[in-house]
Amino acid sequence: MLKKTLAGIATGALLLGAAACGGGDDEGGGGSDGLVVGFAQVGAESAWRTANSDSVRDSADADDRIADLQFVDAQQQQEKQIEAIRNFITQKVDVIVLAPVVETGWTDVLTDAEQAGIPVILADRGIEEADEDLYVTRIGSDFVEEGRKAGTWTVEEFAENETTGILQLEGTVGSAPANDREAGFFEILDGEDFSYELVDSQSGDFTAEGGKAVMETFISTHGLEDIDLLYAHNDEMGLGAIQAIEEAGYEPGTDIQIIIVDGSKAGFQAGVDGKLNYIVECNPVFGDQLMDLVVQVADGADVEKFTPVVEDAFGVDEFEAELPNRQF
Amino acid sequence: MNLASPVQTAGGGRASAYFKRLMWPLIVLAALLIVNIAVTGFDFIVPSVHDGRLGGAFVNILRRSAPLLLIALGMTLVIATKGIDLSVGAVYAIGAAIACQYILNGDQSALGVVVTAVTLALAIAALIGAWNGAMVAYFGVQPIVATLILMIAGRGIAQLITGGQIPSVADDSPFVSIGRGAIATVPVPIIIGVAVFAALVLLTRTTALGMLLESVGGNPEASRLAGIRAKGITVLAYLIAGICAGLAGIIGAANLGSADANNGGLWIELDAILAVVIGGTTLLGGRFFLVGTTIGVAIIGTLEVTIINVGLSSQWQFTAKAIVVFIVAMLQSPEFRAWILRPFRTGRPGRTPAAHDPEKAPAK
Repeated sequence: MLKKTLAGIATGALLLGAAACGGGDDEGGGGSDGLVVGFAQVGAESAWRTANSDSVRDSADADDRIADLQFVDAQQQQEKQIEAIRNFITQKVDVIVLAPVVETGWTDVLTDAEQAGIPVILADRGIEEADEDLYVTRIGSDFVEEGRKAGTWTVEEFAENETTGILQLEGTVGSAPANDREAGFFEILDGEDFSYELVDSQSGDFTAEGGKAVMETFISTHGLEDIDLLYAHNDEMGLGAIQAIEEAGYEPGTDIQIIIVDGSKAGFQAGVDGKLNYIVECNPVFGDQLMDLVVQVADGADVEKFTPVVEDAFGVDEFEAELPNRQF
Repeated sequence: MNLASPVQTAGGGRASAYFKRLMWPLIVLAALLIVNIAVTGFDFIVPSVHDGRLGGAFVNILRRSAPLLLIALGMTLVIATKGIDLSVGAVYAIGAAIACQYILNGDQSALGVVVTAVTLALAIAALIGAWNGAMVAYFGVQPIVATLILMIAGRGIAQLITGGQIPSVADDSPFVSIGRGAIATVPVPIIIGVAVFAALVLLTRTTALGMLLESVGGNPEASRLAGIRAKGITVLAYLIAGICAGLAGIIGAANLGSADANNGGLWIELDAILAVVIGGTTLLGGRFFLVGTTIGVAIIGTLEVTIINVGLSSQWQFTAKAIVVFIVAMLQSPEFRAWILRPFRTGRPGRTPAAHDPEKAPAK
């Protein structure tokens, strides 16, 4: 990992050097064999992100149509991403892929890219609607669909219950995954003729720490007797909640059924151990899909404004078989 | 000026000053507890024993607040020297990362490995604290700047230690009992919190250290001229804050069995500063109140649970916190209390509009 980080720093330094020299080199740019792609990644803030970076790099390496992938780790700083994109423009890459750290402040740099005739693809996260014309398409998870999957399973699983008591651990307040996973989930529950009671719902900030603390309070406030289901917006919070449930003397997965979204190795391991019941995947491994998209965009093909990543959901019977395939 | 000067530190005056400072935070804490009891019943405050460990809502709050308490206590000493330590959240993450990573590389179930890991993490946290203190004391860097450096860089360092992953320690490792275990049914984090609190109180109130800290914070130059080695005292305060933050990170990591370099102890420095201020210690330095800080921590911990118990949605989290902090801050302001009470004090006959008062005052 240290090596990787050093490599990242070295790449950054090289890019800086190129900028300092005024980008006089005439390399890259519409070469005959393969495309040059610049990828401004958010950083390495989570295992999900690391798996995402690895996937994109591996796919680019394996793909004959891609000559070179310029990978920049922005360490979660927008300035670094803007700097990276300016360097990509100077180097005349064929396609720019951006996983924006934040939603705002992209107008100037993306306009520059447009004027240079370089198409931009957003990966994972979006940017504000006003700048919608400045990118070709966004590839990412459909969080609403993830919520719907969780909802569909709930409706089937508890179809015979008179009423179903539900606790929800929300992600960071106001974040797109939290809003959409909630919306999709209740869209299905409210749409079907399904009787449920949302006993409580609070934010655990997408962290194990938050999930555990909120779940402890849920248990001491409501008890678990009337609760059938816990819906956690990501697996870190779910895993924290599982600890809280165990420490309170209940059996997670049995006394209370649990759905998590994400599907990390740790999440699947908990599933194999019988501590949770349904995992909705939020797939970071979309490198291959991204490379196909890059080639299409470079060829000027018409693509949809949003390209959902192929994602699955797993029930109890599938956990063990799926565990070895997990990338993060 | 009400701000206590080191001169009036005689026994009786000190005790009543102490009580005055603590009264308002205590009232707010009591109010929060009453709200919770009203909503969820007496079960809220009455501890229950489960699996040989004290539980129940309030005990859980205290247990979960232990990391914040440690950091806030360290912060109190730093603030007493007229400083501030923004790096404690990052040090929390570094402490957690070192401990977990070291244990993962060794035999997880061996007590020796765990002890070494904890010692190593604390030693490095102490080193970081001393570095902060040295920058402030010897190189004259402003505290907010000196500690901001590590606040920004620290989580990156923690990530380098964990290799960008979230290392998880097995549930049977002795390490996790630092966060989840109990001795004589009392949860270990509470024991650690009480022990550190007692140690710091003894250290600052039975030796001259407390007075030295206050005099350094009150007037560093005068202290130096009076023969106090102000620089050493300052470094010591930051060093203690570093150790406290590292220890908090260890408790947090042990509770979860994992160290999250990005999110572990995120923004805890702000909660700690809040707790210190709620507890009656001013950011101007000088007098400090470890008991007050403890009450401040209890208020913050209880508040988070109150929001859930009262049934406020998660969007209310920050707003509710802000409202309570606003109330405490206002209650602590003598000017505000005087202003609020003025209509009641002047008595009915002489009831004059507030605007006239300033003109009247000099005439008296």
